[in-house]
Amino acid sequence: MKRIVLAAAAASISTFAYAQTAPNDVTFGDYGEIEVSLSGEAGDAARGLEVMVSRGKGNCIACHEVTALQDYPFHGEVGPMLDGAGDRWTEADLRGIVANAKNVFPESVMPAFYRTDGFTRPGDAYTGRAAEGELDPLLTAQEIEDVVAYLMTLTD
Amino acid sequence: MKTKLLATASICAALTVPFGTVMADEDANLIIDGEIEITVRAPAPDHLENLDEIFSGWVYRATETQALQADDFENPGMIFVDSGHDLWNTVEGEAGESCASCHGDAEEMAGVAATYPKWNDATEEVRTISMQINACRTEQMGAEEWNLDKSELLNMTALLASVSRGMPVNVAIDGPAQATWEMGRDLYYTRTGQLDLSCANCHEDNYGNNIRADHLSQGQINGFPTYRLKNARLNGVHSRFRGCVRDTRAETYSVGSPEFVALELYVMSRGNGLSIEGPSVRN
Repeated sequence: MKRIVLAAAAASISTFAYAQTAPNDVTFGDYGEIEVSLSGEAGDAARGLEVMVSRGKGNCIACHEVTALQDYPFHGEVGPMLDGAGDRWTEADLRGIVANAKNVFPESVMPAFYRTDGFTRPGDAYTGRAAEGELDPLLTAQEIEDVVAYLMTLTD
Repeated sequence: MKTKLLATASICAALTVPFGTVMADEDANLIIDGEIEITVRAPAPDHLENLDEIFSGWVYRATETQALQADDFENPGMIFVDSGHDLWNTVEGEAGESCASCHGDAEEMAGVAATYPKWNDATEEVRTISMQINACRTEQMGAEEWNLDKSELLNMTALLASVSRGMPVNVAIDGPAQATWEMGRDLYYTRTGQLDLSCANCHEDNYGNNIRADHLSQGQINGFPTYRLKNARLNGVHSRFRGCVRDTRAETYSVGSPEFVALELYVMSRGNGLSIEGPSVRN
């Protein structure tokens, strides 16, 4: 009995790992879009909101103004306002932009939130020291999905 | 009635800015102690292709922070200038000399800070003013070098900046300094770190914009060393560069490195025409 439970657990873990797409394995479309969920799971808009406003996570409002997030102070004005983003873009577009905006806007200052190579002098987070080993993406696959789910709620 | 009108006006102003931001008075002028006129906005120097006008970081700070720098008794950085004066007159090293022994009063150095970083013919290198002070100490005084961006050297650079306040930044970028200047320019436009940001991304493309609670300036360094309210002490240029590069999630260059010397020359040259105003007050 115990063995069966363990086997079932192992199976679900390996299914999960299989469904998640690593940063270097992401397939971008011709316009920078990503069709399939990076985590293999649906996004959660409520968790996405937290990622949007947290300084240690996406901190999206550092650069973007979002009327629906007025209760969270200090919105930036470096990037475009995100009101209506869910109307202007498809889910695949938004996933692509959050993962690596430079595929869509080559000169953008927006960091790529799901990319781990191709940087100049990559550091060990915010320590100022050189990175050791492989970088982690700025957000996890599921956090990207959660942000995309939240952005899709921003409709006029 | 007047109060009501003012209140309405401030509400209207609040509606036009992003949520929760504090506005600076970007049109204010800086006159220190009613005497020293500081040029906080000037036409961009010819070498700057992407800007028409240059602005001191003072322009972007909150009204209260701006006010601190207009009065030397309120400016916390001036305490360190006093310490710098004491160091100026202190005899140190095997030669039995102080700075004053050769240079006279510190006020005799008016204008010097405005020309650094500067090419040195003898050593065939660009020297920051900190490097020059240390060269004086080791070569003329027979004294020990001071640590870069640490208290004695910051106090001395604050003193040298203070006696040049109001004088225009005027660093040479041609002749033998040109190669170093070009290296600095390349660094300025190179995106670094996992956030993939260059100096220009924030300080040329987005000055005047808010990034979360920060009001982005042009990143001018005419006000260094600068007293930051954030850490309540004087801050050197290279330490500030380090902080910025670190915040791109990059491996930084070190204080005193050839890269930061080059970057300091280049960034200082972007402020040619603004006044020296160190020790400035910033957030």
